[in-house]
Amino acid sequence: MSFRDILDAWPRERLEALYGEVTPARVEAALERRDRRIEDLAALLSPVARPYLEPMAHEAQRLTRWHFGRTIGMYAPIYISNLCAADCVYCGFAVRSGSRERRVTLKPDEIRRECAALAAKGFDNVLLLTGEAPRAVKPRHIADAVAIAREYFSGVSVEIYALDETDYRLLCDHGLEGVTLYMETFDRETYRQVHLLGQKANYDYRLDALERAGRAGVRRLGMGVLLGLFNWRIDVLWLALHARHLQKHCWQSALSVSFPRLRHVPERFTVRDLVRDADLVQIVLALRLFLPEAGFNLSTREAPVFRDRLIPLGITAMSAESSTRPGGYATRGEETLEQFEIEDGRVTEEVAAAIRAAGYDPVWKDFDHALTGLG
Amino acid sequence: MDFLTNDDDPLVIAGRSFNSRLFIGTGKFPSAASLRDTIAASGSQIVTVALRRVDLGKDGGDSIMSAIDPEKQLILPNTSGARTADEAVRLARLARAAGLEPWVKLELTPEPRYLLPDPLETLKAAEILVREGFVVLPYIQADPMLAKHLEEAGTATVMPLGAPIGSNRGVKTREMIAIIIEQANVPVVVDAGLGAPSHVAEAMEMGADAVLVNTALADARDHAAMGRAFAMAAQAGRLAYRAGLGPERAAAAASSPLTGFLGEDTAP
Repeated sequence: MSFRDILDAWPRERLEALYGEVTPARVEAALERRDRRIEDLAALLSPVARPYLEPMAHEAQRLTRWHFGRTIGMYAPIYISNLCAADCVYCGFAVRSGSRERRVTLKPDEIRRECAALAAKGFDNVLLLTGEAPRAVKPRHIADAVAIAREYFSGVSVEIYALDETDYRLLCDHGLEGVTLYMETFDRETYRQVHLLGQKANYDYRLDALERAGRAGVRRLGMGVLLGLFNWRIDVLWLALHARHLQKHCWQSALSVSFPRLRHVPERFTVRDLVRDADLVQIVLALRLFLPEAGFNLSTREAPVFRDRLIPLGITAMSAESSTRPGGYATRGEETLEQFEIEDGRVTEEVAAAIRAAGYDPVWKDFDHALTGLG
Repeated sequence: MDFLTNDDDPLVIAGRSFNSRLFIGTGKFPSAASLRDTIAASGSQIVTVALRRVDLGKDGGDSIMSAIDPEKQLILPNTSGARTADEAVRLARLARAAGLEPWVKLELTPEPRYLLPDPLETLKAAEILVREGFVVLPYIQADPMLAKHLEEAGTATVMPLGAPIGSNRGVKTREMIAIIIEQANVPVVVDAGLGAPSHVAEAMEMGADAVLVNTALADARDHAAMGRAFAMAAQAGRLAYRAGLGPERAAAAASSPLTGFLGEDTAP
């Protein structure tokens, strides 16, 4: 069964009906239960649950500590290209964004220097990123980049355009651990309106991408919706259904969830459903109660104070000192086009110190190439 | 004698004696200092470390390795993160090549949600590693048949789970663990799910040879105190087991017999 069938069985109207049924008693029952169903998640995400954020936070903390202890995984992004053939109206990389800054694809020696700069800061887990340019930046090129990164880091994941199963397999053969791929929004109509060009305009191909990655042997599947594109209360429920689907079908892959909130967007786009701080906290807490064993990532899109406050509420991995332009660490300075502005500009050691101050241990290494046989 | 250890009743694994029957897992502590305090206060002599978490080639820096004193504790590398026998075998070889003693706690948990051990891959990996001279301590489901197969393959212990890892639920697999203990010719170490000293005491009273605890210690407010509490429970349970606990009874048993007046004259 494809996830499409599940989405068809849970149209927006059915989810809205779930929200319509929520009462304080339903929220309390959802808080008490041990194995929560989608109805419970709707209760916890609903406006009715707002007065319950504090008990939800305690339960989220308990569950997170149970599964992850008091640790926070550290990672950093490396943009290897900002070439893009897609036109996603909210994105700084979009081909018609009107931006005149440089677009580049890093050469192997440049990737090496970027890796060396991050390794020197202590990172051992990285996320390689590209735009949506499958013809200009081929899977083969990305596989080579994974192999280079593997020389410097124990954990190498990618956040790139959707691939076929064989190409995911190619990346695994080069030492890939994880794939992060945001659906952006599960609402088909909104998806169509904001993704105007390129392969990314193909909703169905993207929808099944993580499942293809799981079948190819990718160990860590990272998911997310771009918060602000569509009604978050509906999108997060679809995300949760997708997570459950992946847990059943890709049972050997660990899931992680990110919470990218649209902040600085190009002029031609207005954020339709603004996600406020309290909304984001409610999303993190409710999803933790629904997915106790999933990793939760929080990037430098969010501000320092807010990130620090979220550490004990369910977050399990954080990035630091990120640059969202190719070559931003060591080779190209600020000459290249960046994807988005970051909010947390603290250096790596400052973020690590904040994690320690919150009573958590920053974990740099959490994978070993002996596992892939490429050690 | 420190009452947390017992010199005349050592735990013997693969010919090596240990005075403590509490193994400690290192994965979830908030700092190196909290881990160090826990180990010290508990008197634990076997500390297990996930190979995927440590960089054995690098000195210092890593918070887990810096908390362990190799003079006092055996570093028991584990293969957590491995999904197949091949992956676990590679991790074990890596640890030995890096200079650790050839002991390995086999953890093969291909399913990341509940981290339940895979019996087929575990047996496969155990056979290979025993052949290569490793002292193998496999983490397993509380399955008496599997325990026998592993023992016959030459593992040094079996380590059945009490409850899903990290769940703090206690010895939920009690009936099966009792059979494993009864049948075993190697030490039985109850691993996973023990969330309170009373759970540890229960496992030890049943005749388990040792226990392994991680989450319950890492999550404590006072790490040292909790380490000591768990060690005391292990010791109390062990002493009670050796002293010979009476059987549990459904009904009360009077200590003064009601039919004593009949004297010897009760023959039919």
